[in-house]
Amino acid sequence: MNHDQYPDAYIRAILSGVKTVAIVGASANPARPSFFVTKYLAERGYRVFPVNPGQAGKLVAGLPAYATLADVPEPIDMVDVFRASEHVPQVVEEALALTPLPKVIWTQLGVRNDAAAATAEAAGVQVVMNRCPKIEYARLSGEIGWTGVNSRTISARRPQRLGQGVQRLSIDRPGPTRT
Amino acid sequence: MTDRIPGFSTLAIHAGAQPDPTTGARATPIYQTTSFVFDDVDHAAALFGLQTFGNIYTRIGNPTNAVLEERVAALEGGTAALAVASGHAAQHLVFHTLLTPGDEFVASRKLYGGSINQFNHAFKSYGWEVAWADPDDISSFERAITPKTKAIFVESIANPGGIVTDLKAISAVAKKAGVPLIVDNTLATPYLWRPIEHGADIVIHSATKFLGGHGNSIGGVIVDAGTFDWTASGRYPFLTQPRPEYQGIVLHETFGNFAFAIACRVLGLRDLGPALSPFNAFLILTGIETLGLRVQRHSENALAVARFLAHHPAVAGVSYAGLPGDRYHALAETYLPKGAGAVFTFRLKGGYEAGVNLVSNVELFSHLANIGDTRSLIIHPASTTHRQLSDEQKTLAGAGPEVVRLSVGIEDVADIIADLDQALAKV
Ligand SMILES: Cc1ncc(COP(=O)(O)O)c(C=O)c1O
Repeated sequence: MNHDQYPDAYIRAILSGVKTVAIVGASANPARPSFFVTKYLAERGYRVFPVNPGQAGKLVAGLPAYATLADVPEPIDMVDVFRASEHVPQVVEEALALTPLPKVIWTQLGVRNDAAAATAEAAGVQVVMNRCPKIEYARLSGEIGWTGVNSRTISARRPQRLGQGVQRLSIDRPGPTRT
Repeated sequence: MTDRIPGFSTLAIHAGAQPDPTTGARATPIYQTTSFVFDDVDHAAALFGLQTFGNIYTRIGNPTNAVLEERVAALEGGTAALAVASGHAAQHLVFHTLLTPGDEFVASRKLYGGSINQFNHAFKSYGWEVAWADPDDISSFERAITPKTKAIFVESIANPGGIVTDLKAISAVAKKAGVPLIVDNTLATPYLWRPIEHGADIVIHSATKFLGGHGNSIGGVIVDAGTFDWTASGRYPFLTQPRPEYQGIVLHETFGNFAFAIACRVLGLRDLGPALSPFNAFLILTGIETLGLRVQRHSENALAVARFLAHHPAVAGVSYAGLPGDRYHALAETYLPKGAGAVFTFRLKGGYEAGVNLVSNVELFSHLANIGDTRSLIIHPASTTHRQLSDEQKTLAGAGPEVVRLSVGIEDVADIIADLDQALAKV
C-alpha cells in the first residue's frame, strides 16, 4: 500500500468493516484529540476500548480503559495509535502478538513509521498512517461538510442517517436497490 | 490507485451538495432556521465542546451555508472554507484570527477602495497596523516586512481592474518571512485563477461579485489552503495555544490542516457575529453552478469591448491585461490563460466632463458601484466613489478624472458595444 495517499474506497472499506477499535494512548483529558476520537467513534456505533496504562481500571470518555492491548477482553478489529512515530514499532509488535490478529493498524495524523507498517502488512494486517479515523469517517459519511470542510467526495446518492438521531450519518451510502 | 478528481464545472454543481438525507430534496434546501435540536444532552455537550461535527445555531453554522463553504473550498483547492455576511466580514475575521493589537501586516496598495479604508481606519482602532507595498515592485513587500509582520494581503486581479499580481514572487516573500499570504480572488474567481496553486495560504472572496454573479446577494467566503505551518513560529496563538473558551483545546492539534477555517468560525464568527443569511447562501450557490460558463463569457465579452475601446477616437487608453501590449499582459499569460476577467478601466480624451457624459448617456450599462453582475455595469470613480480625493490622490489610486471602470456583463456583446458606441458619440 502506498502510504502517501489512500483511495477513498480503501478507507471506506476499513471503516465500514471494523466493529471493535482499541485506542492506544486514549487520554482522559476532554481537550485532547484522542479523547475526541474515542467518544466520536463510540457514538458512531463502534465498540471502543481505550488503552492507557495510566487509566487502567478507570473510565475514559465513559468507557472502561485497559493497560495494554493484551488486556482488552474481546477480539480487536482495529488498533488506532495515538503515540509518537518512534513508538509505533512497539505497538505493532504488541498488536501482532494478539490472537486473533487485528485486521487494521491505524496511526493518527502526524504519526508515521514505514518500517513498522511493512512489518504489519507482511503479517497480513492493513495499515493506515497519518490520518484521523474521526475526520475520515466524517469526510466519507458527509458529516464533515456541516463544518465547511472539503470532503473531496461528490455523490448524487442520499446520505443514510445513523440510529435515532438526526445529526449522525452512516459511512455506507448504498445506491438504489432492486426489489 | 487514486480517486478521480472531478473537473471544475462538475465541482461547481456538485461539491458540498447531496440529496437531503431526510426528504430526498435534490436542490440544496434553504434551512431558514436560527437553531437546531440536539439528539440528546450528550450530543449537545459534544457539539459545544467541538467534539463532533453538527449544527447548533445559524450564527456559527448552517447546512445551506455549509454547502457553499465546501463548494468554494473545492473550487479553490482548499481544505475548508467559512461563509460570512460580506467580503469585508471575511477580511475582518481573517485578520482577527491572525493579529493581536500592535501587530502589522503588509498589503498591496492596489486594492478595492473599501479594503484600503478598512485597513487604514477600521483596523487601526484594533491596533492592527497596515504597511503598504507596490505590487509592481516586489522588493517593496520585502522592505515593508518587520518583526511584527504577521501576514501579506493582495488581490489576484486588483480592483478597479487591469492589474495582475505576481503571486509566485509575492508568495516567495511571504515564505521567507514565515507569514501566510492572503489573496482576495474576487475578480479572478477560481475559474480563471486558483491562487493556492501559486502559494496563497488563505483565499478570500466577496461572493457578492462573480460567485453569486447576479447582483442579488451580499456575501463573503474565507478559504483555508491548509498549507501554512502555524506552529513553526509560535506567533499565531489562536491556532497553537489552548483555548480557554473550549476547555483548553489546541485548534491546530485537533483540526490539522483545516484549523484556520475552524478558528475563523469558532473564535471569529461565533464571537464577532457576521453570519450569512441561508437565503443569500442559496442564491450564491445557485450562481456558482454556472460560474465557469458565466466567467468564460464575461472574459470573452470584456476582451471584445476592450479591443473596441482601444480603437475608438474618444478613448485615450485601455488598461486590460487581456490586450497584447498591456503592461500586465505577460503576467496574464502566465496566470490567466482562460481570460483576464470582466473588470477594467479606460481613459477618455475628454477628461472629467467626458466621463460624466458617458455614464449619463449609456442605456444598457447600469451606472452603479458594483462589479460581477450578469448585467454590464459602469462607473466614473472621480465623480462617485473617489470624489472626496484630490486630483493627485485620484490619479495615484488609478481613478483620475478621465478614468471610467466597466464590469462587462454577459449580454450579447454586439449590444454591449453598440451601447458604448452610441454613448461615446455624445461625449
Ligand atoms: C476585490 C474586492 N474585495 C472585497 C470587496 C468587499 O466585498 P463586500 O462588498 O462583499 O463586503 C469588494 C467589493 O467591492 C471587492 O471588489
